[in-house]
Amino acid sequence: MKINQKIFLQFGICIILFGLIGILINNLIINLIRTGLGFNFSWLLKPASFALAEHPLPYTSSDSYTWALIIGWLNSLKVIFSSLILATFLGTLIGFARTGKNALLGLISAGYITIIRQTPLLLQLMFWYFVGFLGLKDNMFIQIKNIFNISNQGVEFSGLNFSSEFLALLMGLSIFTSAYIAEVIRGGILSVPRGQWEAFRSLGLSESKGLIRIIIPQALPAIIPGLTSQYLNLAKNSTLAIAVGYSDIYAINDTIINQTGRAIECFIILLVSFLLLNLLITNIMELINRLILKSRQYS
Amino acid sequence: MEPIVVAKNLTKSYTKGLRALDNVSLTVDQGKVLVVMGPSGSGKSTLIRTFNGLETFDKGELNILGITVDSTHDERKIQKIRRRVGMVFQQFNLFPHLSILENITLAPVQVQKRRQIEAEEHGMYLLSQMGIDSHARKYPNQLSGGEQQRVAIARALALKPELLLFDEPTSALDPERINEVLDAMRKLAEQGMTMVVVTHEISFAKDVSDRVLFLDSGKVIETSPPDIFFSNARHERSRKFLNQLDKN
Ligand SMILES: Nc1ncnc2c1ncn2[C@@H]1O[C@H](COP(=O)(O)OP(=O)(O)O)[C@@H](O)[C@H]1O
Ligand SMILES: [Mg+2]
Repeated sequence: MKINQKIFLQFGICIILFGLIGILINNLIINLIRTGLGFNFSWLLKPASFALAEHPLPYTSSDSYTWALIIGWLNSLKVIFSSLILATFLGTLIGFARTGKNALLGLISAGYITIIRQTPLLLQLMFWYFVGFLGLKDNMFIQIKNIFNISNQGVEFSGLNFSSEFLALLMGLSIFTSAYIAEVIRGGILSVPRGQWEAFRSLGLSESKGLIRIIIPQALPAIIPGLTSQYLNLAKNSTLAIAVGYSDIYAINDTIINQTGRAIECFIILLVSFLLLNLLITNIMELINRLILKSRQYS
Repeated sequence: MEPIVVAKNLTKSYTKGLRALDNVSLTVDQGKVLVVMGPSGSGKSTLIRTFNGLETFDKGELNILGITVDSTHDERKIQKIRRRVGMVFQQFNLFPHLSILENITLAPVQVQKRRQIEAEEHGMYLLSQMGIDSHARKYPNQLSGGEQQRVAIARALALKPELLLFDEPTSALDPERINEVLDAMRKLAEQGMTMVVVTHEISFAKDVSDRVLFLDSGKVIETSPPDIFFSNARHERSRKFLNQLDKN
């Protein structure tokens, strides 16, 4: 392609883009005028006047919308980071089983991965919520000397309370994401040359020692990018919290929109929230990646 | 004295009908060097990889250092064998994320539970034997192919093996780097190491080996002392192969 043509093409694309943005802004203004609300954030200081079942910090309905949003944020972070850890742990185990020598374990993990990836996350969340936790009776089974107590209210573990909603979301997100992480781990392991396996085996190292000392360190550079994108997916998927009634940032924004009609402001808040969260995750992962590369002077 | 390697009627197929090993029997006595030759795809790698359990086999019996394994591939026995047998690969297969010295001390510390300091001292001794002790703190990709292969030999020696297996150790090297590796291997043979070497280096086979085993389509065609094999091979196929080698 000639330079002229290139510039012309780029110019055309710019015009189309600006046109689309113009239409969007136009719609926005029309909507704002129609609702008669105008565009401002002063309502953030007014009392939220709705209750929240789950709040890691003190909260009452007379607290402001801002405080409600912060609680939503904390709830989101809580479920995202605990799912992230659990999903990584599960995914790593299943990824190992998938690549390991044991044929039965390999088959089971392959089945797990297939089933989890072939069903919608929403369905899985509903399953964990209605079948997994609400299915339990009032104060049923395991109650070991008041230390560990499972019921339809959730799980109480030595003074810490986890609601059914939180646990259903945690299970759903972790298990769903773990199937994808398992595939990332497997891909990373397969990216290490066969000769490395033969070398550690011929030295008498056990499979697990070889995996930890030889294979995983070399697989990490291939694993980290895939892991990052799964973490980002997990963060975005956490907004399905609303389906099981967990008060995450998205659910709280939804309630606020219903109460105040401030849809545009709320969407901006949501957008910025997730942008920041995903930037945080990406940056942490990049840092980890850099640390790994630094510890490997050879590369 | 009991032989180091006894293979009886080893047979193996990767795919049905095609035999990678076909009734292979052989013996290697203590302190002897067996060179294995044969065209590409004749089963040389498959054969020596059965010796330390990297490959299974379908039929026959193998006795390595008095440990007998059969087609059931008993992992515990294979683990025992691997602690006493070293292997050197065509592609070196050094661990790229570990320093040269770490490559060498890994197995003694992890497998034999030797102390780190002791393993390092022994590792440095082995590296100096190979003439590369100045590279101990470097990483594999900072070394030439010949140097990497000598590290691989030192790594195999670190477990104080009673048998060393070489699978075409010089085939991936630049021609001017081949001799430094062959010289290291010669030295080992002089020190009485029992070795099985897959190689097409005729001068090495002539000088160092006690016998040459010629393999074709998974079958042992002949096993002869090197002076006979290279001047007056018994079989037509061996002679053809040697002619082919000469031309290249
Ligand atoms: N992992 C494998 N899967 C299937 N066939 C294999 C495998 N490894 C080797 N073979 C086949 O077995 C035969 C012997 O191979 P190999 O032992 O590598 O021969 P050589 O080392 O003499 O070149 C060849 O026909 C090769 O294609
Ligand atoms: Mg080969």
